[in-house]
Amino acid sequence: MEHRITLRVDGTERAVTVDSRTTLLDALRERLGVTSPKKGCDHGQCGACTVLLEGRRQLSCLTFAVAHDGDQVVTAEGLGEVRGDGGLHPVQQAFIEQDGFQCGYCTPGQVCSAVGMLDEAEAGHPSHVTRDLAPPGAPDSPAPLDDGEIRERMSGNLCRCGAYVNIVAALRETATASRGAS
Amino acid sequence: MTTLRPRAVGTPLERLDGPAKVTGTARYAFEHPVEDPLYVHPVQAAVARGRITGVDTEAAAACPGVAAVLTHRDAPRLEETGDEELAVLQSGRIAFRGQLVGAVVAADAETARHAASLVRIAYEDERPDVELRADRDDLYAPETVNPFFATDTGEGDVDAAMERAPVTVDVTYTTPMEHNNPMEPHTTVAVWQPDSPVRLLLYASTQGVHTVRTALAPLFGLEADQVRVISPHVGGGFGSKGMPHAHDVLAALCARAVPGRPVKLALTRQQMFTLAGHRTPTIQHLRLGCGTDGRITAISHDVVEHTARIKEFAEQTATGTRMMYSAANRRTSHRLAALDVPVPSWMRAPGECPGLFALECAMDELAAACGLDPIELRVRNDPPQDPETGRPWSGRKLVECLSEGARRFGWDRRAAAPGARREGRELVGLGVASATYPYYASQGSEALVRHEGAGRWTVRIGAADIGTGTWTTLTQIAADALDAAPDDVTLHIGDTALPPATVAGGSSGLASWGSTVVAAVRAFREQHGDDPPPGAESRAGTPENPDQKKYALHSFGAHFAEVRVDADTGEIRVPRMLGVFSAGRIVNPRTARSQFIGGMTMGLSMALHEHTVLDPRTGQVVNDDLADYHIAAHADVCDLDAVWLDEEDPHSNPMGTRGIGEIGIVGSPSAVVNAVFNATGVRVRDLPATPDKLLEGLDALRA
Repeated sequence: MEHRITLRVDGTERAVTVDSRTTLLDALRERLGVTSPKKGCDHGQCGACTVLLEGRRQLSCLTFAVAHDGDQVVTAEGLGEVRGDGGLHPVQQAFIEQDGFQCGYCTPGQVCSAVGMLDEAEAGHPSHVTRDLAPPGAPDSPAPLDDGEIRERMSGNLCRCGAYVNIVAALRETATASRGAS
Repeated sequence: MTTLRPRAVGTPLERLDGPAKVTGTARYAFEHPVEDPLYVHPVQAAVARGRITGVDTEAAAACPGVAAVLTHRDAPRLEETGDEELAVLQSGRIAFRGQLVGAVVAADAETARHAASLVRIAYEDERPDVELRADRDDLYAPETVNPFFATDTGEGDVDAAMERAPVTVDVTYTTPMEHNNPMEPHTTVAVWQPDSPVRLLLYASTQGVHTVRTALAPLFGLEADQVRVISPHVGGGFGSKGMPHAHDVLAALCARAVPGRPVKLALTRQQMFTLAGHRTPTIQHLRLGCGTDGRITAISHDVVEHTARIKEFAEQTATGTRMMYSAANRRTSHRLAALDVPVPSWMRAPGECPGLFALECAMDELAAACGLDPIELRVRNDPPQDPETGRPWSGRKLVECLSEGARRFGWDRRAAAPGARREGRELVGLGVASATYPYYASQGSEALVRHEGAGRWTVRIGAADIGTGTWTTLTQIAADALDAAPDDVTLHIGDTALPPATVAGGSSGLASWGSTVVAAVRAFREQHGDDPPPGAESRAGTPENPDQKKYALHSFGAHFAEVRVDADTGEIRVPRMLGVFSAGRIVNPRTARSQFIGGMTMGLSMALHEHTVLDPRTGQVVNDDLADYHIAAHADVCDLDAVWLDEEDPHSNPMGTRGIGEIGIVGSPSAVVNAVFNATGVRVRDLPATPDKLLEGLDALRA
């Protein structure tokens, strides 16, 4: 069954007709030609398809496009666009500097996941390894982001080239810079 | 031999394709814009052995949007069927579960997938035979092992030397079937163009565009130049994209069924477990004998592994043992069982990786048996020349790697007695292992160098970047050869419309293509001098390297690992790993480190997680996705680093490099498992080292 929906993709309104079985990932890649999010497993097991959906990280292979009429989707391609300067997001710049990838196929997903993850930590969301779930201070104060926290929070994004060490270095650098600045 | 003066080479240039990759705009095979495509979904055999007795495609063909349904009954005939892996839909015989038996071509992927599920195939099947055992009576010796090594070797009398040796180790190690699992699934977009000189156009995920063209053209009765393969970016391969597989042929067959229309085929993650190659399981019998001084007198390494019934792949598991340590009496052998299993193929460091897992664990056992430090045992048996060929080493710096690693890692803090260091619930241990990988460089590439005017250059060669950094590192080499800045050089790779290039395999890519580019620049200077006009160009092929026959060229490395084992649950954590490598000149420290740590990370993954399970009754891969086939994730990898010796190989090529793509995985699983022994006193001889394999030993330690 076909449905006409509208998505706001990387800041641009895009109308598209989808089958009710079409995932958000396939709608982006095959119907709209937005191939920045990648298909690694199509089962939510690898993270390569991660996008920011309404500002939160989302596995785009695990949700149907038809459920997102009117939603805002940001991919790694549009991160700079959405920030307004069209350049690279600091996370992307840090990935390049730290060589946080080799083949690059998991990278757009890692980048989107990282941007979402940094926001979650900033908003005080705990992870599985957060020791103190009720730290002193304001209830929404930022969660700690040591290497162990970053690794845990990024573990839904697999990288077969084995760039994890460099990705963590990139995110440590980004987190330190943004927390230092704020 | 080393003639290139390094300027750009040796600098940590950021990846030239970095911005495209972090934004996701680098195009992989499935992502090239094509006009009005159709989608292919394969149908796979539901039995592992037998033949097809009935085909019913009516329901599938009746689905709105279906353009074609192919089975062996109506698929176009191939001109060549000698390679049975590639003889897709040419007969009704089933050789493994998951073999391609049909395909649906439809207007969208959802329809193709649904219609494929409606194709009904009846089989006459027999119970498959998929179990590898060392006591099988049908094991056979292949003619050679991959890529061209002798199946068996021997010198002296191992049995007699083992009898006489005061200290011996006689053990069997097993490694499981494993899958490459690059993050980008194997993908082919094909267009059959009846009216074009390029009859078959393919966008393929491949480690070698020319390799695909050479294999596919004759199947379709085409000349090589009637096939064009394009592949500028590849989402990893680790060997599985080193040669074309059945899905490439299927995509081309489907394209031929709908001339003029592009067809898009991406294997699902599940399909990759049967159609994209794998690492054979191995059973390895290792025997080592030495004197009380630790000098080895006997080594034997006898390997049993599997291959597919329809295509032989004989992994060279024991070849590393032939050159690694001194011993007067030596023997290696390889035996295969041809089973009803999918076709095995290259997976990162085929041979050396599983082979050195066994050898380097056995060395650890021998060190314990003769009361020597494992590093000292290796130092005492470091051969002055290649023990197999007698040739001098072009540079064997294993001992330097071990010493440097010991110093950096704090090896002196290792307790010699296993199970001696406990911190809270954790047993802590350190382990070491050696690594080696041969230097390969392939003949057969060509490069075209062109002066564009105003000091701008273009270099063309059909090379591949599978994440290895070729876009960047080959530009660095070309820049130095041209005496230009990398910014002034534009590189073109990944297309058969470019001059031919050999496959990115055997860690040979940059050595092969780099020497070819240097030769083309040399030809250019001879032809056009130092003040060439715009448009001047020259082309040259890979030069011969006479030193390759005079010297033994190998890279070496030393791996160190610290493990922490939960004394109650047996959970293994690896807080630290260090690799020290001797691999000739390093072209780009930034990308090279990524290759080394990437290999080590895959080695860690092999040590702790990776294991493909075949159901012995059905021949089905049971754990055919990334939720069940575990690979290392962020949380598994902590303080892991790689360093290298500052050197150049005077005998390898004009750059002085050796390959670095595979050595990182060789030996790293052994370092982890040897550290587990140091922590717990438990020898894990069967990978992966999962907690259940430790529990009994941990109970004994408590008692």
